[in-house]
Amino acid sequence: MATLNIQGVTKAFGPTHVLHGIDLDVADGEMIVIVGASGCGKSTLLRIVAGLETASTGNVVIAGRNVTALEPAERDVAMVFQNYALYPHMSVFDNMAYGLKIRGLPRDDIAARVQEAANLLGIGALLERRPRQLSGGQRQRVAMGRAIVREPKLFLFDEPLSNLDAKLRVQMRAEIRRLQKRLGVTSLFVTHDQVEAMTLGDRLVVMHAGHAAQIATPMEIWARPADTYVASFIGSPAMNLFPATLEEGGHAARLDSNGLVLPFHDGPRPGPAGRKLTIGVRPEHLTPGQGGLELQVDLVEPLGGESVIHARLADGTEVTAKLPGSSYSDGALNVIIPLHTLHVFDGETGKRLEAGG
Amino acid sequence: MRRKVIFGNKLLPYLLLAPQLIVTAIFFFWPAAEAIRYSFLRQDAFGISVMFVGLENFQDLFADERYLQVVWNTIWFSFWVTVLSMGVALLLAVLADRHIRGRNTYRTLLIWPYAIAPAIAAVLYIFLFHPSLGLLGRALNGFGVPWDYRLNGDQAMLVVILAAAWKQVSYNFLFFLAGLQSIPKSVLEAAAIDGASPSRRFWTVIFPLLSPTTFFLLVINITSAVFDTFGIIDALTGGGPGNATQTMIYRAYVDGRVNLDLGSSAAQSVVLMIAVMALTLVQFRFIERRVHY
Repeated sequence: MATLNIQGVTKAFGPTHVLHGIDLDVADGEMIVIVGASGCGKSTLLRIVAGLETASTGNVVIAGRNVTALEPAERDVAMVFQNYALYPHMSVFDNMAYGLKIRGLPRDDIAARVQEAANLLGIGALLERRPRQLSGGQRQRVAMGRAIVREPKLFLFDEPLSNLDAKLRVQMRAEIRRLQKRLGVTSLFVTHDQVEAMTLGDRLVVMHAGHAAQIATPMEIWARPADTYVASFIGSPAMNLFPATLEEGGHAARLDSNGLVLPFHDGPRPGPAGRKLTIGVRPEHLTPGQGGLELQVDLVEPLGGESVIHARLADGTEVTAKLPGSSYSDGALNVIIPLHTLHVFDGETGKRLEAGG
Repeated sequence: MRRKVIFGNKLLPYLLLAPQLIVTAIFFFWPAAEAIRYSFLRQDAFGISVMFVGLENFQDLFADERYLQVVWNTIWFSFWVTVLSMGVALLLAVLADRHIRGRNTYRTLLIWPYAIAPAIAAVLYIFLFHPSLGLLGRALNGFGVPWDYRLNGDQAMLVVILAAAWKQVSYNFLFFLAGLQSIPKSVLEAAAIDGASPSRRFWTVIFPLLSPTTFFLLVINITSAVFDTFGIIDALTGGGPGNATQTMIYRAYVDGRVNLDLGSSAAQSVVLMIAVMALTLVQFRFIERRVHY
């Protein structure tokens, strides 16, 4: 158990810059999820923390000790890989005991610790098996067990759930969270799945093109996304983004698509009239009603209690709405935008614009 | 899923198999049968009289101390060729598996010796080890080490082993490299994070995961060293000095072709045949369950 500080870490592979200065402070026992699309540098960041890659500049500090120059072995971290990376020629027991044997623990201690971890994970009966005799979920548990027995300062998870089927993924997700809370080990968890990110993390790091676009709690990110990338990445279906211009001395926005004027309920935004804006509305915040957007529905996806509606405005702008019930069909549909659900972003930089700022 | 082909004509399958069967019969079964027949006969050097002697050829063979020496030579030679060529190949493969600049060139260069004819390999080694022509041979004599593999049996054996191993390194290298590349990188990273030092990673993870390759190569190398090194020995030492570098294959050739003792040569061939069958049996048994993890 320990804190982790990532200080100004950059990484370049030759001329390709993968990370552009990441700063992150992780408290003791915290679970941080690094989420982003593929190629955003999230795995590279994790591998730098593990010591499998070296940072081009910047420092990694674990429990107050600068480990930037140290080998993975000396950092006292444990990692769970996407493909589990179990030692195929060793039994489950030996897989879990490998790191302990290297540390020269007495044989009895090793056996006790492996047994305890195995019981915790419900794989106590599998200790004699080889990895190839296990199912995907069992291999996943062994990989977890191998990390747990080491009692490391830091757990690192590199998309550990993406090779599992959907049902097992949900189950393992909950198990990992429960286990992490119970053991209280500081953890970094990398994923491209925003649902995984929202449900697992105490805080999220949303990565985009080598930058940390936003570091905050899941609800904070959902409620106040820092820019349009985060806004469209977190939340399913993705947030609707409409181009708009600033109006009425900063007190309202006019949508470019249909000229609809949306007054800001929480105060004016700075800037001259005509400033380019992007207005964001989550699909689940749209509600049926007159006087808002006039949609032409072209696809309805019923989910049971609610429906996801794909539609277009008159000028072709795509709109997604998530509405209660299932009695929708193709054709005209009117929805209104509740004003308190608006997200306002700068039209050029994509950064969030707060009221009065 | 296995598909069953149904032939309308009963003769067709045999016709399709015929070329392979005929080749095997003419070039293997027939000479093998002849060898077995001759091993029970004794013939004078001019081929005029032939008499049946039962197992006498075999009895003579194993009573002959020089033949036992040849058997020992073969074992000694094969052991060292196998150990050397596999050891060096593994080392080179581990080095080539790293991210080094120009590794494709390096690999290509390492594969060349395999494409060189045994006689030419032998000539290369003569240019290296000949006491008056060879680079190393002259250097050794210059440093006061009495070096002449044409007179000293141990030195001759050393040169023959080096040449045969050198030629085999390429083949082993290719297989070891392929084996190394099939080990998932993340497994090695997991071991690194688990705290294993590079040498520990090699012996506890890489080497065990290479064991199918190693087993396969072991069998192939022993077989090739025992049965397939005639060319190098013939061109380098001709089995000498004395019979210091004579192997079983070479001896069978000398007795049959030079000494015209067909009975003994045939008996030796039969011994070799039994040996090769035993080795093949071992090979099949292990290759059948090659993936043992």
